[in-house]
Amino acid sequence: MSLKDPRRRPSRSVLAVLCLASVTAITVDHQGGEDSPFEPVRDALGNTLAPAQESAAVVARPLTEIPDFFTSNKSLRDDIAKLEAENQNLRGELATTSVVRRRAAELDGLLNAGKESGLALVPARVVAMEPAQSFTHTVTIDAGTSSGIYPDMTVINNRGLVGRVIAATKRSATVLLLADAESVVGARLGSSSEVGFLRGRGTVDGDARLDLDLVDDAETPGKDDVVVTWGSRNGTPYVAGVPIGIVEAVFSSPRDQAKHAVITPFVDFSSLDLVGVVVNAATEGDRPVIQAGELPDPDEED
Amino acid sequence: MALARGLLFTVLLLVAVVLQVTFFGYFSYDGVVPNLVLLVVVAAGLSRGPELAAVLGLVGGLAIDLAPPADHVAGRWALALVVVGYAAGRVRHDAGRSTLAALATVAACSFAGVSLFTLSGLLLDDPAVPVGEALAVIPPSVLYDLLLSPFVLPAAMRLFRRVQPAPQVAY
Repeated sequence: MSLKDPRRRPSRSVLAVLCLASVTAITVDHQGGEDSPFEPVRDALGNTLAPAQESAAVVARPLTEIPDFFTSNKSLRDDIAKLEAENQNLRGELATTSVVRRRAAELDGLLNAGKESGLALVPARVVAMEPAQSFTHTVTIDAGTSSGIYPDMTVINNRGLVGRVIAATKRSATVLLLADAESVVGARLGSSSEVGFLRGRGTVDGDARLDLDLVDDAETPGKDDVVVTWGSRNGTPYVAGVPIGIVEAVFSSPRDQAKHAVITPFVDFSSLDLVGVVVNAATEGDRPVIQAGELPDPDEED
Repeated sequence: MALARGLLFTVLLLVAVVLQVTFFGYFSYDGVVPNLVLLVVVAAGLSRGPELAAVLGLVGGLAIDLAPPADHVAGRWALALVVVGYAAGRVRHDAGRSTLAALATVAACSFAGVSLFTLSGLLLDDPAVPVGEALAVIPPSVLYDLLLSPFVLPAAMRLFRRVQPAPQVAY
């Protein structure tokens, strides 16, 4: 029977062949791990799609404000009153504050994060997020190996730890978020320096929480205690001392060997935009590295 | 001509992948975004039959599996979308006529696609998702796919019909 015959029954062999092809791909990739033959394909596809992802993100960012158009008349009036008051304040501030600095408020926060922690950062923007249907919580950022970003580097933003780089192509990199269920971070309690392991719960929405298991079960973390990274050898994948979140609740049960704390992360994973990748201070790439100590004070420029 | 068609379909699938992870990432409901690739594959099935849809399912699925920021084992979405494409193609004579039937097909395909992907993840332990969390994600993703299908499905189906090769008489 010809393939073009419109009356033929749909061929089962096509389905069988394609299913086998998929299963083969799964097997090859699952067995291959890091050396999987799909890794070069991932890289190539990442490089090809990077410009498209960047431009799609540029289009989408302003559109996220559309829901605000549909607010009620009353709330709009309230907003106007509030804004007028704020406007007056801002007029006053305008005289004293550099315009550039206010426009880059977010970047400023990142600069300060780098300044306070003494880290060298490469700035990058989030351009793609993995759908929840895939059950892995990763994002793509618009900087890659050409900017000196490689796997196992720490990613932070102006609030705290975001995650770590797990893959990098020339122009983009994939970041595993702290909140992913596969993510494990060595963490330290700010008050007692007690160490433990922090795991994500696999949710990134507004009430994302992390679970902390302390190594020493004699120690009880206090509520609102700040949790920071414990740091790894050579600062990979996590540098030490980056704030992660605060203790929200503490649980312990007799059959558990350790105390169990629930941590509220500082970072809002559902609205990530500007992030910084912690790099070696000597890194040279196609974008400037924010150096911690040598940061020019924005107030001195005007 | 066949090569040009193949190229057109590949570009269409890649655009769907980019929109899905980048553009709709900003309009997600708890991280759930509409699966545009699945909608394109279903449209191919409804307008052109199971073979083309299954092939597009394989290509589109691999694109989702390999395009950043995907971090799961390659081939999982491919397997799910091959089955979805084939199934959509098989019911096209019944579902291609009325809008309601087409929407029902989208809902069924979307449910089957996400479920197959989740099941393959459970089998491979990649990642180890609790069943409860998986079940929470499936209804919004089916709803979102349904919501977007009136905008995507007719256009995609028209495109697939227009670039159809000229019918040949085989006997």
